Amino acid sequence: MTSSTLTSGKILNWRLPRADGGLLLRTAALLALPATGILVFLLLWSVSARNIDTSLGTFPGPVAVWEQFGALYSEHQRSREKEAAFYERQRERNARRVAEDPGYEPKIRDYTGKETFIDQIRTSLVTVMSGFLLAALIAVPLGIAIGLSPALNAACNPIIQVFKPVSPLAWLPLVTMVVSALYATPDPMIAKSFINSMITVTLCCLWPMVINTAVGVASIDRDLLNVSKVLRLPALKHVRRIVLPASVPMIFTGMRLSLGVAWMVLIAAEMLAQNPGLGKFVWDEFQNGSSDSLARIMAAVLVIGFIGFLLDRCMLQLQRFFSWDKEITTH
Amino acid sequence: MNTLLDISQVGMQFPTPNGPFTALRDINLKIRQGEFVSLIGHSGCGKSTVLNIVAGLHQASSGGVILDGREVTEPGPERAVVFQNHSLLPWLTAYENVELAVSQVFGRKMSRSAIREWIDHNLELVHMAHAAHKRPGEISGGMKQRVGIARALAMQPKVLLMDEPFGALDALTRAHMQDSLMEIQADLKNTVIMITHDVDEAVLLSDRIVMMTNGPAATIGEVLDVELERPRHRLDLAGDSHYNHYRARVLKFLHERHDKVGADPALGRAAVAPGESARACTRDTGEVVDAA
Ligand SMILES: Nc1ncnc2c1ncn2[C@@H]1O[C@H](COP(=O)(O)OP(=O)(O)OP(=O)(O)O)[C@@H](O)[C@H]1O
Ligand SMILES: [Mg+2]
Repeated sequence: MTSSTLTSGKILNWRLPRADGGLLLRTAALLALPATGILVFLLLWSVSARNIDTSLGTFPGPVAVWEQFGALYSEHQRSREKEAAFYERQRERNARRVAEDPGYEPKIRDYTGKETFIDQIRTSLVTVMSGFLLAALIAVPLGIAIGLSPALNAACNPIIQVFKPVSPLAWLPLVTMVVSALYATPDPMIAKSFINSMITVTLCCLWPMVINTAVGVASIDRDLLNVSKVLRLPALKHVRRIVLPASVPMIFTGMRLSLGVAWMVLIAAEMLAQNPGLGKFVWDEFQNGSSDSLARIMAAVLVIGFIGFLLDRCMLQLQRFFSWDKEITTH
Repeated sequence: MNTLLDISQVGMQFPTPNGPFTALRDINLKIRQGEFVSLIGHSGCGKSTVLNIVAGLHQASSGGVILDGREVTEPGPERAVVFQNHSLLPWLTAYENVELAVSQVFGRKMSRSAIREWIDHNLELVHMAHAAHKRPGEISGGMKQRVGIARALAMQPKVLLMDEPFGALDALTRAHMQDSLMEIQADLKNTVIMITHDVDEAVLLSDRIVMMTNGPAATIGEVLDVELERPRHRLDLAGDSHYNHYRARVLKFLHERHDKVGADPALGRAAVAPGESARACTRDTGEVVDAA
């Protein structure tokens, strides 16, 4: 009895670390390949960068870009300090004026410093999400309607097919003109440039969502529709209880595509229209033409790519969370 | 007993690119209250079409269906359907699937607690109470089919329509399901139309077996009254001469009819799609279960 317990204890003791070692090895193997890929990329990058001479100096290698990340961040912090100091001074000044003359109404002016890199990232993110949400608000109901009605599908299809491939750059001048014509308040709550970028994003990322939603709705299992018919579900309940949940996986596939499109479109639109955001940052640096510009642009490129990747991951998580069909959402 | 369901002179033509295709002609069938009727016939002969016409999911090209004095023009919960592949909503649990049906059919007449009780009762009837909160993706094929049956029963339909309810199940599960269905039937005395490919299933469960000729333009070839006493037990019946007589009648009909579409009589099995049609003729499933 005792001996057998001992043996099994021994076996356990022996086995546990070995199993752990296996796990470690596997994790290492899992990380090793991507890490190697990144290392090789960095190597190729720095070697080829050294051999490219531009009018702004040699092309920045990884180290130069890394330094610029630091520089951009400290610029941001300095700007924040300045802003805090500005408001502090304003407060003091106002307090003094009020103390001298109790009838004085203190004026509060906004700080008008240059947007830092981080500010631009935030602007871009807010813009892309707003444009995307607006598009989703339009696209999902429209897609459901089109998917439910073959007649509406036939009517809308040509329009969708024509507008789908249009580049944002073609929309932008039209959007700008229309927005300035229709949104002509003297002191706008929301900046016009923001609305321009947002609407351009919306126009471009509408279509993948409309199309995917419509396809999802049109391809719902006939049996499920028959269930709804046998139960005589009223139209609204039919949409809410059957159509919408059944097409959720496809709707989210469309949303993921759309968000990817939206992010690409936004950067281009910001560059072209000089609307605040990462696109403008890139353009400004390009115009600026200092010796650091290329490294700063490269930093922006990396950030743009990384944010795009994160946005996609977020959508994937949302899709996993909302989908009943867990199998289609692995990549 | 009175006729509950009257299918008279029903014909069906489907429009196809090469002109209309006549699937059914001259279907006449009267079904009494509480009767269990099986439809049997070769694959593609038009069994599902008949069922869908009764369900109101298809409109007959000619003739019509009268249920309880009223003509059938659209689908409705008084003709509940159990579909071949369960057709549960995959995003709802078993309970919620039944709930959707119950609240739609009885939502105005029943209190919340009565609805809850009624759902639980029906899930218990098919022995699925233990998995009430699982989704279709988490339960086996037989369990899904049980939930599908519970959902249909919970609507308290005048006629229960079942399109090959056990077709996708393995032999053993199917035998269990047939026994369950017989128990429920003995209790509730529903009027049932069931499509099957399985001769043993038809004889075991039915009061009448309606045998359909091969398509195109299929119609009812023969109707067999099964006058076996209930409750029926599959093991006792295996050696029963009446049972074997009924079984032979159905088999004979199916073989003779399908000779016309060029099957090999020596093999005694259909030369059609193997999975589905062969089941009607080669009776291994039933015998495996009997022996077990
Ligand atoms: N919507 C349709 N359009 C054209 N033809 C159809 C349509 N539905 C069914 N048919 C044809 O009608 C015939 C009967 O089909 P049905 O589905 O009723 O057969 P079934 O007896 O249920 O077959 P199975 O046993 O394989 O389920 C088939 O030949 C089929 O091709
Ligand atoms: Mg069928």
